[in-house]
Amino acid sequence: MSGSAEYLLEARNIVKVFGELRANDDITLSLKPGEIHALLGENGAGKSTLVKIIYGSLQATSGQLFWQGQPVTVANPGAARDLGIGMVFQHFSLFDALTVTQNIALALPPDVDIGTLAGRIETVSNDYGLPLRADALVADLSVGERQRIEIVRCLLQEPRLLIMDEPTAVLTPQEANQLFVTLERLASEGCGVLYISHRLEEVKRICHDATILRHGKLVSRVDPQQETAASLANLMVGAEVAAVKTDRGGKTGKPLLELSGLSLPTDDPFGVALKDIELAVHAGEIVAVAGVAGNGQSEFFDAVSGERPTANAATVKISGQACGKENITQRRRRDAAFVPEERIGHGAVPDFPLSENVVLTHHAVAGGVARHGMINRAAAREVNREVTQLFDVRKGTPDPEARSLSGGNLQKFVVGREMARQPKVLVVNQPTWGVDAGAAALIRQALIDLARNGSAVLVISQDLDEIFEIADRIAVISRGELSEAYPAEDMSLEQIGLLMAGAHEKSTSGVAGS
Amino acid sequence: MMLILEKRSEQSRAMTFLSPILAIGLTVVIGGFIFAGLGLDPFKALYIYFIEPMTSLWSIEELVVKAAPLILIGAGLAICYTANVWNIGAEGQLTIGALFGSAIPVYFTAWQSPLTLVLMLVLGAIGGALFGAIPALLKNRFGANEILTSLMLVYVAQLLLDWLVRGHWRDPKGFNFPQSVPFEGWQLLPLLGEGRVHMGAILAVIAVFILWVMMSRSLRGFEIRVIGSSPRAGAFAGFSQKRVVLFCFMLSGGLAGLAGICEVAGPSGQLQPTISPGYGFTAIIVAFLGRLNPIGVLFAGVLLAISYLGGEAAQVELGISDKTAQVFQGMLLFFILACDTLIHYRIKFAPGRGAAGAA
Repeated sequence: MSGSAEYLLEARNIVKVFGELRANDDITLSLKPGEIHALLGENGAGKSTLVKIIYGSLQATSGQLFWQGQPVTVANPGAARDLGIGMVFQHFSLFDALTVTQNIALALPPDVDIGTLAGRIETVSNDYGLPLRADALVADLSVGERQRIEIVRCLLQEPRLLIMDEPTAVLTPQEANQLFVTLERLASEGCGVLYISHRLEEVKRICHDATILRHGKLVSRVDPQQETAASLANLMVGAEVAAVKTDRGGKTGKPLLELSGLSLPTDDPFGVALKDIELAVHAGEIVAVAGVAGNGQSEFFDAVSGERPTANAATVKISGQACGKENITQRRRRDAAFVPEERIGHGAVPDFPLSENVVLTHHAVAGGVARHGMINRAAAREVNREVTQLFDVRKGTPDPEARSLSGGNLQKFVVGREMARQPKVLVVNQPTWGVDAGAAALIRQALIDLARNGSAVLVISQDLDEIFEIADRIAVISRGELSEAYPAEDMSLEQIGLLMAGAHEKSTSGVAGS
Repeated sequence: MMLILEKRSEQSRAMTFLSPILAIGLTVVIGGFIFAGLGLDPFKALYIYFIEPMTSLWSIEELVVKAAPLILIGAGLAICYTANVWNIGAEGQLTIGALFGSAIPVYFTAWQSPLTLVLMLVLGAIGGALFGAIPALLKNRFGANEILTSLMLVYVAQLLLDWLVRGHWRDPKGFNFPQSVPFEGWQLLPLLGEGRVHMGAILAVIAVFILWVMMSRSLRGFEIRVIGSSPRAGAFAGFSQKRVVLFCFMLSGGLAGLAGICEVAGPSGQLQPTISPGYGFTAIIVAFLGRLNPIGVLFAGVLLAISYLGGEAAQVELGISDKTAQVFQGMLLFFILACDTLIHYRIKFAPGRGAAGAA
């Protein structure tokens, strides 16, 4: 058996079985040198499994890989690197307290000369339009710069194939543009790129070919240039994705969530301090906080939710009542609800069944889940039943452990759990992070419906498409400072990009918005 | 062929129950080999060790006497460990509880009323709880590792006991033996029946029931489980980790203190330099063997009590060291922790894999 020499990489009839799950079921993918090839699919479609098999972290149950026409076995990531396959992961593995050079040296073979490495890093990074200072501490770098480290780390090994897992999820639009230039340059030099993304617009923009997976099976291989974002989404989901009904221009009422002069020092050396944040969210509107990851979003969420109360009660007001000093339970009793970014381990206890995860946020509020210090399990199960039905949470048993759910289904649960209370104030951090298109549409629609029914909704998100889809007003957070909230129809991607880069910060005199 | 541990998508309920049984089985088998290595008939030795203690009324009563403190302490530790709070110092809390409770008969030797006993028991629990609060406060305030502090405080407590029974609290009419005045009347726990079984056994069963209700039905129990499983989610739920640390330490310390005063007001009848054969440490194994579940602790306590009695019997009938009991207890804990891996993972046999590289 031999592959076609025309292809750089060919994965033929790949099958991977985990227990009873066929994560990859007879998938074939081929990629020519110099091609940017998109791998598309919802969460759980089998993209990661396939990529891990190519990169050697997993072994296929059956099927064969061909590298430049020759059958190969990729036993481990080291073997993949020896072939010339590099991978940039979605989650970086960098040491904050080390420099760029030190971090890269750690990933290279031990015989690399450290002395000349710094020079090589700067040369390669400048060549490809990814400027990096080799002696900078990782802790001081933005997320975009951190990603550059990972890319440069791969480039130093002169890869023939670069695998990128959702690379733009953490970038500003400008940073993403710069990345596309780099990828196109790499492709023009004959390097293949396997590009995993949810963002269909950018797939259309830079990819030459696309392989689409659904439920572990190969659905189709298409030319993204001939498709629309909507047609790609339909192929991924296997059904028409419901367009979110925005129905803008609903009347807004009085402010239900007010932040004034909210400052919070950080106790973590790599955390972000919040500086003098001003924001009001009114009944009936959705305000979105945009920003690149790591600019104080999680600190902002903790301060608003009361996980970290502030010293001054007047900094946070819910329904006009000062509650800055109150903890999260007391704020929930003021009819506020919160959904954190991390669904596993923060929004939900992975080892607990869903009904017990209902108790997690419902124990302090009316609804009968807990009374006189005792838990009413039947009531908790009933809430779980309602939430999972209303939000289409797919599960094998009526009350499974949270960790057995897929990311999208668990996200629908943690959002739905708070929605079930019909709160007056809802604060959501990254409502659809890592969630498939179908679930994302459902969650966004639910947020809009909640606002239209008279609640104040604050959404923290890094997904600009999402923000433009649902927000009435948009503010941008950058290094712990929050810009004014501008009406969404007055904002453009460029303005948000400028604000993300810190145009509104008090130390600079930039002007943004209109 | 090679063995692969594969993560299960959900915890295996079956393994939760099978793991301790598997561990007991492995302990017995390896124990048999150890006896054989010592030149003894392994079947006879194992019979003396594990079966004989249950063959006479006397030894069954003795089993209850030894199981009661193990259950009382183990139930409290099970709560602690569920919360990921590592109280290793129950032996010290037991000792201080015994001291607090004994202050009544030592200083008010002539006071005889049902209230005497009640006050002794209450003081015992308070003493253990306060001593347990020390590592909790050190952890909450300074981030001190509670495993170290609670363990080191055991030696502080034991030396304090030693100093008191050889000094101020020594019985003036005791011929200079290091022991307190003998307790009498209402200073002793009422006996159940003719033998040595005392009220402590009932207290242990009551404690198990209350803790079981607390853990399975109450919000407080839920809070403890959440903090133990996922502290960040606990903070999101509005629970305070520090409060849980203090609560667990005082609860388990209080129960250990109660076990301590029950020992001196029960089988001992007076304070002596040594009041426990390591119940506070053995209860750690009881808690794990009982699946950190109060009801499970009830059974595990009885089993570990057998290992104490078996150790005594082996000493008498086989002439081997009393350390055998500790060897068995240690092996049991080792195998439980190892077998617990199977709750989250399953073992798979995979065909051996060829060399890396081109096929």
